[in-house]
Amino acid sequence: MPQIATIAVSILFDGLAYAMFLFITAVGLSVTMGLMNFVNLAHGAFAMAGGYFVVSLTQSYGVDFISSLIIASVLIGLISIRFERRLYRPLYKAGELDQVLLTIGLAFMAIAAFTFFYGPIPKSVPLPAWLQGNVDLGFRAFPRYRAFLIVLGLFLVAVLWYGFERTNIGARIRAAVDNRRMAESVGINVDLLFTVTFAIGSGLAALGGGLAIQLFGLTPYFAVLYLVLFLIVVAVGGLGSLKGTLMAALLLGIVDTAGKYLVAEAGGFFIYVITIIVLLLKPAGFYGRQ
Amino acid sequence: MAASDTSSAPAAAGRIKARAAAAEFLVRRDRFRPAEALPWLIAIAAFFVFPDRMTFGSQVLVMILFAISLDLILGYAGIVTLGHAAFFGVGAYTVGLASARLGWTEPISGLFAAAIMAGLAGFISGWFLLRYRGLTLLMLTLATAIMILETGNFRSDITGGYDGMPGLVFQPVLGLFEYDLYGRTNYLYALAVLAVVFFFVRRIVYSPFGQALTGIRENVRRMHAIGSPVHRRLVTVYTIAAAIAGVAGALFTQTNAYVTLTVFDFDTSAKVLVMLILGGTGRLYGAFIGAAVYLILEDHLSKLSPTFWQFGIGILLLVTVLFARRGILGVMEDIGRFRSWKDRIRVKPGRIVWSRTQWKGIGMAAFDGALIGLAVGFAANVGRTDLLLAWFTTAPLSVLAWTAAGAALVAAINIGYLAYNERSASGSPPR
Repeated sequence: MPQIATIAVSILFDGLAYAMFLFITAVGLSVTMGLMNFVNLAHGAFAMAGGYFVVSLTQSYGVDFISSLIIASVLIGLISIRFERRLYRPLYKAGELDQVLLTIGLAFMAIAAFTFFYGPIPKSVPLPAWLQGNVDLGFRAFPRYRAFLIVLGLFLVAVLWYGFERTNIGARIRAAVDNRRMAESVGINVDLLFTVTFAIGSGLAALGGGLAIQLFGLTPYFAVLYLVLFLIVVAVGGLGSLKGTLMAALLLGIVDTAGKYLVAEAGGFFIYVITIIVLLLKPAGFYGRQ
Repeated sequence: MAASDTSSAPAAAGRIKARAAAAEFLVRRDRFRPAEALPWLIAIAAFFVFPDRMTFGSQVLVMILFAISLDLILGYAGIVTLGHAAFFGVGAYTVGLASARLGWTEPISGLFAAAIMAGLAGFISGWFLLRYRGLTLLMLTLATAIMILETGNFRSDITGGYDGMPGLVFQPVLGLFEYDLYGRTNYLYALAVLAVVFFFVRRIVYSPFGQALTGIRENVRRMHAIGSPVHRRLVTVYTIAAAIAGVAGALFTQTNAYVTLTVFDFDTSAKVLVMLILGGTGRLYGAFIGAAVYLILEDHLSKLSPTFWQFGIGILLLVTVLFARRGILGVMEDIGRFRSWKDRIRVKPGRIVWSRTQWKGIGMAAFDGALIGLAVGFAANVGRTDLLLAWFTTAPLSVLAWTAAGAALVAAINIGYLAYNERSASGSPPR
């Protein structure tokens, strides 16, 4: 009996850390997709680029881990604005096929460029001392890094929730997701709003990419490897819904971790089963609008 | 009465004439044009000109067949899928498992078995999935393909997992033609299968059923409104396309004599999509030209450097989507229709209205160009990210030169584009 409890606690803990990574990386994708219905398959590429910026900053220029996470997020957020304005904007009105092709092309180019600069070998990142080792919570010891990830994730959930539900810009975003035309007709500049959310979303993706290095290692293929998971989180949660993204990230993160603990050979099988079941029952996701 | 008769008689005659012309158009549309012999002549010529590249040749033929199956659902019915590799994989594994585990090595019956299995998979998944559209459909098709992949990986005792099943043996085709070292039999076998399937698909596309599919692609609501059984038609074409993809997969296994789980990968789905888009969707021969161009480019460029080639695919996709949405065939059609520059450019260049917005646009273009120039210059000169600061401090002139060159180039392109748009937007010549 205690053994089952131990395994359950491990699953819950690791699943929660994994879910927080999924949430941080996918939340921007969800909001931008909800705003513009734009299928952005290059989102993973922004996360990957963020991860590599963190690697460079810490290893080549001696910046500490936390500062380089912040610098990388801000940089990627700024760079993504140019991509949005130059490449994404002409395709808002086009069909999803065009969007898929353009963004997949971007992802391929990003993978190739980062392979050229950094090589295909997985990168790691030096952690500060206070993130290494285990933290003892009385009944069990947990890896500090994962605990940090959970705390940071919960903090970001709170910040985003406040921004989304309690500030003016959050209200505008919600209005534009609900009904874009109506929002525009009452004077909300949805184009500008979209650029801002896109930049914030890409910055958060970069943060997720930086945080993921310690969990999975970083290769250029990160851009497409975890992309499917981000898209699943977005689709299952419902486009443009903060609550849905969080729920979906928790569900998929914990289910995937449980699957890997209990039936290791099955790999990601359970995630896809759940995805298909949820989408068949609720095609617009948990909190999405039809 | 009499008055209306006299006035409507010529109108009725006109209607009959128009109707006859429309019928004539529909009948004539599916007649063979001489140009359609061209791909087949090239394929046969390739057999004699490159006798030692026949293994590569059969790969091209297999991918053409796969791309045709995607064209049927994407180009004609407008179903956007990211999981078409599922059916290719089911076909490939039907033949592979039958040969390795059951000792069923007869190739032609293997093709039929693969078509039935893949068609069944297409029917079942299509029945559930084709009620959805947009992002939901994309995710569902993608998840289905990966789920099949994970199932195969789970039972790697049967499927061989990612190591696959190497060294598969197949009987001679029709009991007559042995496989040879250079893959010549394979090539002719694949060509024959491609020809049979192609003429079947061509028949479908020009049939009333094919017309209905095009209708669904263009306007689903209207098809519903006129009482067309949309879901049934979509499931039917999805099943047919899945069966054809299964045949392509089976041919892939038979001509390579091995199969691994990578056939189910997202990469496979993406690759065939890129080929089709590159050639041009909804025009049958787009699959031919797209698969051939893609694989020949890949063959040459990935020898130089796989990274380089991957960057190339990215650029190819970007350019196709932004500037040549109808693919290579679309561009060729435009060139075919091109008569003279006079039709194209009615106005002399250089009528740009200089305004603040325009200057802003040019400024942003220069900014983007500067970033691109910086990246290219860094890649060409240094190529190591830990030396980025060193490059800035030791060779500031080089940094400046690359940045300025990029900015100037992109700004110039932007101004040229502006000039073109100013002209085409106004429509009439300036005074």
